[in-house]
Formats: sequence, C-alpha cells, structure tokens
Amino acid sequence: MAADGGMGFATKRREDVRFLTGRGKYTDDYSPANTTYCAFARSTVANGTIKSIDVSVAEEMPGVVAVFTGEDFVEVGGNPAGWAIVSRDGDPMKEPKRPVLAHGKVRHVGDAYAAVIAESLAEAMDAVEAIEADIEELDAVVNMADALANNDVLVHDEIGTNQCFDWGWIEDNRAATDEAIKNAPHVTTLELVNNRLVPNAMEPRCSIGEYDPGTGDYKLTTTSQNPHLTRLLISAFVMGIPENKLTVHAPDVGGGFGSKIYHYGEEALVLAAAKKLGRPVKWTSTRTEAFLSDAHGRDHVTKIELACEKDGTFIAFRTETMANVGAYLSNFSTATPTFLHGTLMAGNYTVPNVYVNVKAVFTNTAPVDAYRGAGRPEATFSLERVIDKAARELGINPVEIRRKNFVKPDQYPFASAAGLEYDSGNYDALMDGLEKHADLAGFEARAAESAKNGKLRGLGVNSYIEACGIAPSNLVGVLGSRVGLYDAATVRVNATGNISVMVGAHSHGQGHETAFPQVVADMLGVDPMSVEIVHGDTSKIPFGMGTYGSRSLAVCGSAVYRATEKIIKKATLIAAHMMEDSAENVDFADGEFSVKGTNKKVGFGEVALKAYIPHDFPIEDIEPGLEETAFYDPANFTYPSGAYACEVEVDPDTGKVDICSMVAMDDFGNVVNPMIVTGQVQGGLAQGIGQALLEHGVYDENGQLLSGSLMDYAMPRADDFPNLVVDHSYATECTHNPIGVKGCGEAGAIGSPPTVVNAVVDALQRGGHDVEHIDMPVSPARVWEAMNG
Amino acid sequence: MYNFEFSNPKTIENATKALSSEDAQALGGGQTLLPTMKQRLASAEVLVSLSGISEMVGVSQSDGTVSIGGATTHAEVARQSREAYPALAQLAGKIGDPAVRNRGTIGGSLANNDPAACYPAGALASGATIQTNKREIQADEFFRGMFETALDEGEIITSVTFPVPEVANYQKFEQPASRFALVGVFVAKTSGGVRVAVTGASNNGVYRWREAEAALSTDFSASAIDGMSGDPSDMIEDLHGSPAYRAHLVGVLTRRAVSSCS
Ligand SMILES: Cc1cc2nc3c(=O)[nH]c(=O)nc-3n(C[C@H](O)[C@H](O)[C@H](O)COP(=O)(O)OP(=O)(O)OC[C@H]3O[C@@H](n4cnc5c(N)ncnc54)[C@H](O)[C@@H]3O)c2cc1C
Repeated sequence: MAADGGMGFATKRREDVRFLTGRGKYTDDYSPANTTYCAFARSTVANGTIKSIDVSVAEEMPGVVAVFTGEDFVEVGGNPAGWAIVSRDGDPMKEPKRPVLAHGKVRHVGDAYAAVIAESLAEAMDAVEAIEADIEELDAVVNMADALANNDVLVHDEIGTNQCFDWGWIEDNRAATDEAIKNAPHVTTLELVNNRLVPNAMEPRCSIGEYDPGTGDYKLTTTSQNPHLTRLLISAFVMGIPENKLTVHAPDVGGGFGSKIYHYGEEALVLAAAKKLGRPVKWTSTRTEAFLSDAHGRDHVTKIELACEKDGTFIAFRTETMANVGAYLSNFSTATPTFLHGTLMAGNYTVPNVYVNVKAVFTNTAPVDAYRGAGRPEATFSLERVIDKAARELGINPVEIRRKNFVKPDQYPFASAAGLEYDSGNYDALMDGLEKHADLAGFEARAAESAKNGKLRGLGVNSYIEACGIAPSNLVGVLGSRVGLYDAATVRVNATGNISVMVGAHSHGQGHETAFPQVVADMLGVDPMSVEIVHGDTSKIPFGMGTYGSRSLAVCGSAVYRATEKIIKKATLIAAHMMEDSAENVDFADGEFSVKGTNKKVGFGEVALKAYIPHDFPIEDIEPGLEETAFYDPANFTYPSGAYACEVEVDPDTGKVDICSMVAMDDFGNVVNPMIVTGQVQGGLAQGIGQALLEHGVYDENGQLLSGSLMDYAMPRADDFPNLVVDHSYATECTHNPIGVKGCGEAGAIGSPPTVVNAVVDALQRGGHDVEHIDMPVSPARVWEAMNG
Repeated sequence: MYNFEFSNPKTIENATKALSSEDAQALGGGQTLLPTMKQRLASAEVLVSLSGISEMVGVSQSDGTVSIGGATTHAEVARQSREAYPALAQLAGKIGDPAVRNRGTIGGSLANNDPAACYPAGALASGATIQTNKREIQADEFFRGMFETALDEGEIITSVTFPVPEVANYQKFEQPASRFALVGVFVAKTSGGVRVAVTGASNNGVYRWREAEAALSTDFSASAIDGMSGDPSDMIEDLHGSPAYRAHLVGVLTRRAVSSCS
C-alpha cells in the first residue's frame, strides 16, 4: 500500500527548495583553492589548415601559467563514437579521430586549437588574443548534398569522403518495400527538413580539473548527464587515466537535453593542465562558446514515401535521409540517426513494409548529436507529416486514417516492420481521450469564430510511439553499441533507519531526488523524507550509465526496485531472527514485520538498528549491515506512446502563428509522481513547439553560424504557449520492468512538432492556400511566403 | 570585458568634461554597450555614466510637448508619459523585457540608432527635437543610417522633446528571437499632416514613408493606403525575413496603426 508520498503521489519536488532559493551548487560555483582559469582560442573559420601557432607572446603575458596547443595532445587518444554503424555494403563507418585540441586543421567555427591557463579569466582571455595562429582558410562544406556530391572539399582528408556511412534498415526489406511501393494504388511523397537545433541549456558547460600529486588522483568536476560514461571515455579512450584514479563529479546541473551526455575535449584539457600545473584548472563556457561548440541537435534532410490502399490502409514507408554529423563524431551521433530513428519508422502502425536509408554526412559545422528525443522526433515528424498529407490526398479524416492502421490492444507483443517488439499500448484509447479532452468535435465552431476575427484556424493531430529506457544491453549490442546500457543502484539502510540510495542516473531537472525515494518508501513503508538519493559522483555511486533517452526511472529506477527487494529479503531474515521464527513465517507490510498467525511484530527501524548492532547474530547465516546493490538490464526498450492535438490561428496578413491549444495524451505506463511527469511533458512540449515555430541553427555557405546568439536564435518563452493540457491516465503498464514504467522525459518534444506543423498546414488549406508543407521553424516569414507563392 | 575607468558625474557639465578625454564613452543603461563590451567587441578607456545626472532624468510636459531627459529609462517613460503621450508610453512599454526597460534609456536608444530599435521611429514620426550638450537637432536631421546619427564625438543627448500629435500609434511586429522590431511603424497625425516612420525594415535605418504620409494626409484612414506596401529595394534580408516580406509588413502595420488611431 502506498505510504503517504509513495507511488502515485504528486509530491512537490524537494530539490526545488534549494534551486528556487539560489542554493543549488553548480560546477561553476566550485572554486578549489589556487584555481587557475582556462580560455580557449577557437577557430573563426569553418575549414582551415593550421600553418603555425605562435604562443611565445601569450606565454609571457601577465598571469599566464601555461599554453596548450593540439601539438600537446597528439599522443593521446581520440574521443570515440559510442556506436559502430556498418554501411549497406558491409563497410564499417568512417571514424576520423576527434582530438582534444584541433591539430593540423580546424574543421568548424568554434573548433578549439589552443588553450591558455592563467591566474584570472581576464588574463587568460588577454593571452588568447595574443596567440598568433596562421590558419589558411579553405573552402568550407556546409550543405549535405554538396558534401556527398563532390569530394573537392573534405572535412577529413584522411577518409577521402564526407560520407560517414550509408545505412539501410532493414536492408533485407529493401526489395520488398520497393516492390510494394511500385505496385501501390496510392503513393504520397514528402520532402522535409528537420531543423538544426542549438540545445541552450540554461547552465553552459563548465569543467574543473584537479590533480593530487600526493596520491596521483585526478578529479573532474563537470556538467555531465552521466559521470561514469565520461570517466569511461576519458580512461579507456582519451587519456588512459585508470578509472580508479579518476573521480568524475557532476554536481547540480542546469539542464542538459542531451548536450551534456557527451565527453568534450575541454574536459580532457583541464585534467591534463591540472596534472601539468599541480593546480586546479577551471573552464566555464560562455553562451557564445556554447552556440559554437556544444553538440547541436537534429539536422536531417528527408524524403519519405507512404504507399497505401485507396481506403488509407498503409502498405509501406520508405525513407531516404541525410543526417548531418557536423565536423566530428560526437559520442552518440552515429546511433541517433540510425537505431534511435530507423527502428521507429513503423510508428504506431501495422504497416507491413518499412525501409529506411540514412547517409550520415560530415560538414564544417559543430558536431550534431542526440537532443531531447534523439532520433524519435525525426522519425515521428517524417511519419506524421506524410500521413497527414496522404489523408488529405485520399480525402480521409486524419484521425481516421491513423486509427485504421493502429496496432490494436490484442496484438501485443507486436513485432513492428522496423524490427522492434512493442510490449504494450492502446493507441485507440489515447485517441479516444484526445477526441474528448481536445474537443475535436467542437473544432468547426471554433474555426468559424476565428474566421470572424480574420484568422485562419487549423487543427493538427498526431500519434507517436518512441523507444525509451535506452538499455537492453543485448539488443543495443546487436545494434552496434560499444557499451552496455544497464543501470545500477545501492540501497544503504543506515543504523538509525534512514536510507541512502546511490544511483547511476543523474538528475538535472528530472526530479529524481523526489521520485526515486517515492519508490523506495512505498516498498519499505517508510517516510519518503527518510530516503535520500546520492547521485553524480563516481566515487560514491555504483557504475551507472546516466540519464538520457528517458531511461532513468525505467532502468535505474528498476535497479533501485531490485536493490530494495534484496533489502526486504535480508531484513526479513533479521526480523525472523529477532522474533525467533523462520523467515518463511514472516510477513512484511506497511513497514512492519510480523509472524503469521501471531501478534509478534518488529518495525523496519528496529530491524535496521539490529543489522548494525549484531550482538547475537547467527553470523554464519546473516551478515551484519543492511545494504544491497542491484544492476538492472531490461529485456526490451519501453514504448511510450501518445496522441496529440494542436489548434493554431494564422494571421493571414503577417503569417504569424499563434498556438491556441495543445493537448497531450501520453501513455507512460505507471506514474510515480504525476506532477513531475506533467512538468516533464510540458517542458518537452515547450521544446517541441520551439522547434516547430522558432528555433533554427543556421550556417551560411562559409560555415559561419548566423544564429549564433539569442538575438537571432529564437528560444521559446512562456508567452509563446497556451495552457498546455497534459494527461497520462490512458496508461498501459510496461510488461517487463518491475515498476511498469515507460519514461516521459522526451515525449513532449517528440509528439509536438508534427502536431503543430499539421495544424498550420491545415489552417492554410482551409484558408484556400494550396500549401502542402512548410519546413520548421514555421516562422511568420515562411508562412507568409508559403501563402504568397 | 577589458578594463576601463568609471566616471559617475552628477552634472551635464562634468559629463561633458569627462567625455572630452581620449577614448571616453557615454554609458546610458548599458543594455547595448555592456553586452558588446563583455564580448570584447567594444572597449573604452573611460565609461562616463549618465544615469546619475538628475537634470537628465524624468518626463515633463508643457503646452503640447512632452520632454524626456536623455537618461530616462524606458520603464519611466512608459509610466510617466501614459497620459500626455500614450502612443509613446506604449512604445516604451514594449521595448525588451522588464530588466531592459528598467535600465535602458531613451538617449542610449536614439544615440545607438539600431535599425530595429523602436524609439527612432517614435522620434522621427513625432518630429521630435533632440537636445544635446551642444545644440538642438531635429529628428529629420538626426538619423543618418544604420547605427549612424548626427551626434559628434563626446556629444550626448540630454533630452528629447516630442510635440504631442492629435493621434498616434505604434505597431511593432517582433523579430522572433530578439523581439526587437522586425518591422515597426509609428504613425503620428498633427494639424500639419501625417508622419509615418518605419523601423526594422531598411538597410538605411529608420525612415519616413512619404507615399503613405501623402495619402494619409489627404484621407486619414487605413483604406487610403489599401494595397500599398513599402519599397523593398533597399530592405534588410536576414534569417527572419526577406525584403519582400518586410515591405509587405510595412503596409500591414501602417494600416493597423492608422486603424488603431481612431
Ligand atoms: C534583451 C534586449 C531586448 C531589447 N529589445 C529592444 C526593443 O524591443 N526595442 C528597442 O528599441 N530596443 C531594444 N533593446 C535595446 C534597449 O532599448 C537599449 O536600452 C538601447 O538600445 C540602448 O540604451 P542604453 O541606455 O542601454 O544605452 P547604452 O547601452 O548604455 O549605450 C548605447 C550607445 O549609446 C551611447 N549613449 C548612451 N546614452 C547616451 C546619451 N544620452 N547620449 C549620447 N550617447 C549615448 C553609448 O555611448 C553607446 O554607444 C533591447 C536590448 C536588450 C538587451
């Protein structure tokens, strides 16, 4: 039974007390004694040969203690890609080395080629300006089609091509899909762009390296979503520091959205500098550096075809995508456009044929990697846009065409044509909920009202499925992952009965510090406030893979669950000993152990105390202490799904789009804290609407980032949104993890972009404009241009 | 940011003196200057802050004019000119966000003459007079193209006097990222005729749309300029809009401004 504040309670987030009162401790808040400051010299050209770098003047500048260039790191390893992709022809993907500092060539604006360490940041910046770098500017390649079409300009000369890989999914289905499309009664084709996004977490990246010459221990304090993964990359690939000599600590982190999953060269640099100087070295990114050097998101150019019967029954989806990976392979950059995208290209549908081709392309732009949703927003956008277009061509209602092709509740487990096995879901129920909560039936009346005010109103609907709980090591191993994707937790019941839970997942906005204790408290029947989460520090927590892909609760939460089960098991033994009976006769409920059929009972707290004062323990049978660890590796991904509706008003005079309503019906399985889930969905919706209407990372043909500041890169703001209606009551449990949860962190960003664009196109169509598609961001200028030919 | 000296004069006279030194620069609310300095795109030996000069702060009115001290913040203008000159108050109240409005000043905005700024349109359409520590400059003479004005080295705007029109209105269509004006149009109707000033659109900064002025001076109604749009030939092309789009918006916003006047 749920303790008050246990499973299912909308407990307020305990971490917000420190965040909202300015008491959060972020990396930049930490300045160990004797800290030195690091500033980077970054390329102002997108492609160039480094002829020489003269640091002699810089080295003599006041306060300067060291200057590094790429030369200092030629011996160390490259920062690797985490997934090995194999091309259709069997060739492995091209993996040019990603150095700590650029060496020989700079490959994008913002590529760091030197670093200055000084007593103060201002002195470091002054010295950066005194570095004389002779960099010969070369033509840049920015456009993906150009990059593939000719090899005159290469991002990496040594690989002889700008193509990283040419991947087919599922290659064996290619011929059948081609054939099905050729013979289909109706084929709808759509070309679209999934716009490049700049993550812009509120807190820019920051890294502090420390080295203790007395012990030889290194410490990296850094803005990371996954400290163990960062440690592994630094230890095993980049610097060779033994893992037991390196602590990675990610304290409070002000948002990541994917951009802080990855290991970046700046982290290696501050560690190397700290070792050389014997002093702490700190680097804090400016917003400008963040724009230029954080891993960006999305950036796909896609052609999708949907073949169907005249009645709207889907026969096949075929996709050709170019995916920009930028100048270097960031850690998940090869997984995102492939396995996190291609495997979802059957959507929520029983379509029998799916084939996806993805060419990953190097360009002279910032690296592109997973960003909230990672691959699934790209899949959903392509599918749900082409389905809308097909519905219009065939004269079928967009809700009906989706319903017609939905996987039905009695079909689970369902093997999708894109190679996944969906374990549970009920898409019709979500659509029923949507029709009700979004009052789809009342749309025409609202449209008439808008028309009276001179506005074009449109309705967009969408359904999505995603793969979350990014884990099953066996599955991701087959798909090319070079790491396992389990997670881990240690539950330590202290002698006085309170509980520390060390988890591998990192919380940087997700509310783990509140939600995870709800799970433990529920199982143990204790006050959730007596349970505390420890996360983010590799010296304190078991080896976990961190937070991304909406995996924390589904994977790490399940590890917490399993470890807590072990606690109950051991505590039962202790309780049995205390009550002088056998463990089989002992029940545990509501925080109390009792012997069946008697009135003998002991509380959980008494048992905990006994575990640490084992004066009379049968030590052959029961060890002292009450602490258990579990590693959890699930059997499958989890499959959250949803149905979304959006209504917009378009101002025909200016092209401005106003979002009138946004309704999100999501199936996340069981919900531990509905308030946190609602907040996660609303945040995701804000990012998805931001992608649909506002955000755009744009490079010019010379590789200069035109939207390189918040003056030109439009971040969504509160007044861009209506009240966002979120409902997660139409839920089906995940069948394979012990909590029955699916993951909610990315759903909003996955489901909303096509919903918004569908609504805008609908508005224009209703207004008599023959507009089939507008690329995101659907800015006023683009809408106006679409309306005016 | 590079190091600089900071001077905090209390009178226009002392400010003028401080500004006569080599590489000295006036600091208004710092909303444009400080971010540029932080990025090391601008530097000054001495920053001469104008916000402590009480004779340069405040809003006053006398027979048909509103006079605003050059160091008066946008927030103060929004508050204090609400009755005397509502269209100007409304313009000031929509600049940036509260933080910007509580620091940024009218003098800084006019001196900077950002091609997407709001005040230049208000000043030009109103036929304002710009007082400096040296002279008076008519708005028609003041704006000299993008980021260019008639101000000399060391010359500061001490106050701006607006003749209050019979009716006026400012329509701002926001650039989605900066929320400056993608295009902004200020329409002012006086007994002497109608003036229409356009910001955000032209490569030459704020300008008067004479064709619309002529049409509206004859017939002050949106229909008088039906179908008219700006001349796109020298308009700004950027991520947020083409010259054609901006030219179109000039027409739309002017009609909306006129309609809002009635
Ligand atoms: C986030 C943000 C949003 C903004 N949105 C808008 C908007 O929507 N519309 C808009 O119009 N503006 C906008 N601005 C600009 C804002 O209005 C600034 O306040 C204005 O551009 C500059 O005024 P300031 O007082 O801050 O001048 P400062 O930044 O201090 O100075 C700017 C320039 O003017 C000079 N200067 C300052 N005062 C004087 C004076 N009295 N006489 C002569 N020279 C002087 C300085 O030397 C400097 O060259 C925005 C700014 C920001 C940061």
